[in-house]
Amino acid sequence: MSNNVDKQEQLLDRADVRVKHEAGIGGAISAFLDRVRSGDLGALPVVVGLVVIWTVFTALNPIFLSSTNLVNLLFDSSTVGVIALGVVLMLMVGEIDLSIGSVSGFASALLGVLWVNHGWPVPLAILGALAVGGLIGYIYAQLYNRFGMPSFVATLAGLLAVLGLQLYILGGTGSINLPYGSPLVNFGQLLTMPQPIAYGLAALPGIAMLVTGYRTAARRREAGLSSKSLGGVLFFAVVVTLGLELAVAYLNTSRGVPWMFALFVLLVVGMNYALTRTQWGRSMTAVGGNREAARRAGINVKAIYTSAFVFCAMFAALGGMLAASRLASASQQAGTGDVNLNAIAAAVIGGTSLFGGRGSAYSALLGIIVIQSIANGLTLLDLSSSLRYMITGGVLAVAVIVDSLARRSRVMHGRA
Amino acid sequence: MTDPSSDSAATGELLLSLRGICKNFGAVSALTDIDLDVHAGEVVALVGDNGAGKSTLVKILSGVHLPTSGTIQVRGQQVSLPNPSASLAIGIATVFQDLALCENLDVVANIFLGKELNPLQLDEVGMEIRSWKLLNELSARIPSVREAVASLSGGQRQTVAIARSLLLDPKIILLDEPTAALGVAQTAEVLNLIERVRDRGLGVVMISHNMEDVRAVADRIVVLRLGKNNGVFYPDASNAELVGAITGASDNSVSRRAGRKAEANLSGDVQP
Repeated sequence: MSNNVDKQEQLLDRADVRVKHEAGIGGAISAFLDRVRSGDLGALPVVVGLVVIWTVFTALNPIFLSSTNLVNLLFDSSTVGVIALGVVLMLMVGEIDLSIGSVSGFASALLGVLWVNHGWPVPLAILGALAVGGLIGYIYAQLYNRFGMPSFVATLAGLLAVLGLQLYILGGTGSINLPYGSPLVNFGQLLTMPQPIAYGLAALPGIAMLVTGYRTAARRREAGLSSKSLGGVLFFAVVVTLGLELAVAYLNTSRGVPWMFALFVLLVVGMNYALTRTQWGRSMTAVGGNREAARRAGINVKAIYTSAFVFCAMFAALGGMLAASRLASASQQAGTGDVNLNAIAAAVIGGTSLFGGRGSAYSALLGIIVIQSIANGLTLLDLSSSLRYMITGGVLAVAVIVDSLARRSRVMHGRA
Repeated sequence: MTDPSSDSAATGELLLSLRGICKNFGAVSALTDIDLDVHAGEVVALVGDNGAGKSTLVKILSGVHLPTSGTIQVRGQQVSLPNPSASLAIGIATVFQDLALCENLDVVANIFLGKELNPLQLDEVGMEIRSWKLLNELSARIPSVREAVASLSGGQRQTVAIARSLLLDPKIILLDEPTAALGVAQTAEVLNLIERVRDRGLGVVMISHNMEDVRAVADRIVVLRLGKNNGVFYPDASNAELVGAITGASDNSVSRRAGRKAEANLSGDVQP
């Protein structure tokens, strides 16, 4: 034991006696409890919420937890989930985009017009709609940066204007059917992974955790810094892998894992990397936390806002096109109703703060599963959409209250 | 009193030269016709009462505010400093009084904010090592560089801010009240650090209200009063001279108070 203490003394970051250092699995768990007590809740509320929701719905209708229904749930989650990913970016910099629903509907209409009516090749039509989405985001960014227009007003104006564009390009018919059997519609409705691929991909996160955990620990040891215990890394990697493989095995008892969901997860993982491991992500967090400090550090704050607006609108456009492929149609109703609120609620419920500077790409993934579970469960119970709206609204309110209370607690405990 | 442009103490290259800097905030003239020179290897202390315009001057040099008029020359080249990155790029690093740290980021992220190593795959280990080295040079008492800045005390934040300004190897460092929030040991360390930075041939501009600190390290003391130059002194100037220049008269509230105290001591009563 004393030998161990001597070794710790030499580490660059373990010289200060005031810092409690947790080691191993027990240490990781007690550090986690400490964080939660001080209001750094992370993904905890969403996990608790999910357990409650799934228990209630399964008790009311056992079909809810059936493999077939869960595969459907994943299909539905992917479309709004991609939109929620864009909302995470906006919330990170402390702004909001209320027009994501309209932008998604407009993009789906544009896809229908370019592809079905004008005969463009599908990839070109998709790229075109993405570019138009990006342009809309760029316009918001200019309104915000140049005229100081609050983002919620600019995008509220955009909500109506873009909805108008959507109705205009759809014209008299009001909806365009996307051809059944086309690759895009199959992607949105049918295509699932072959079982071996699904099992293989489910093993990747655990392997990645092990490899990066091991490499980081080796580099830190070499540099004379403290490192996480390999036992802890191994433990979490095994838990994650087991959980994912079991989930895949269960989904494989029916149709299997949708490719569309795989695309969504890929975007989430990529966004998580960009937010946590690149200079751009660091700048996003800094701008959301303290705009003036970021500016004084030499960050181009306007460019960061522009990137957030543009990416958010592009994610909304992509989500809209995925929704169109899911429904095999582009209609006047696309993107209206609860799409806006669901995407924003997903990001907030997943743990991205409305107050800026705190959030994670994973909150879009976790949050949308909660939101879609509610929608899906209520549909199974054959409840009308009036009730569904009320309940989703209530859940959003609860999520924001949790966010506000956690923020207050963090301030009291000296955590930002 | 000497003219700021013709001084004998400094021998190094002229790094920074301000002429006729004015700054208006609406109807208020925060700065009027300010001249200031900083040479390499020189510590210039900027002193003055609250509202004298010291922080405004620092903010102009760091690119936070634009001057209303006047010229800024850096090493003989006329420059404009429209934003903080321009100022950083030209070699002026600033430690602000309102510290300009992001509370939601940890110490390493704050020190490297805007100049992260390896932008596409952040080199966290490299940044952490460099942060510890910088902080250890400053004898900083930071328990952990992986804690959010929100959990640090004022003095610890000050050290983080100073460490950050040194990261880019600047030519000129501006320190706005660097020792105001610091303990005894850290104050001494910061003063040592200022001397070390000067000996490396950098120009240092330091704002302080603490005359002891100013005398300890400054080569030249520039007094501002109500937004105007009000004399240049050397560390051997008497306290009365300095206070006179800062408050604007030899008969001022500080000297009156001193006089009253002396009188009270003589007569043996206590003033109400």
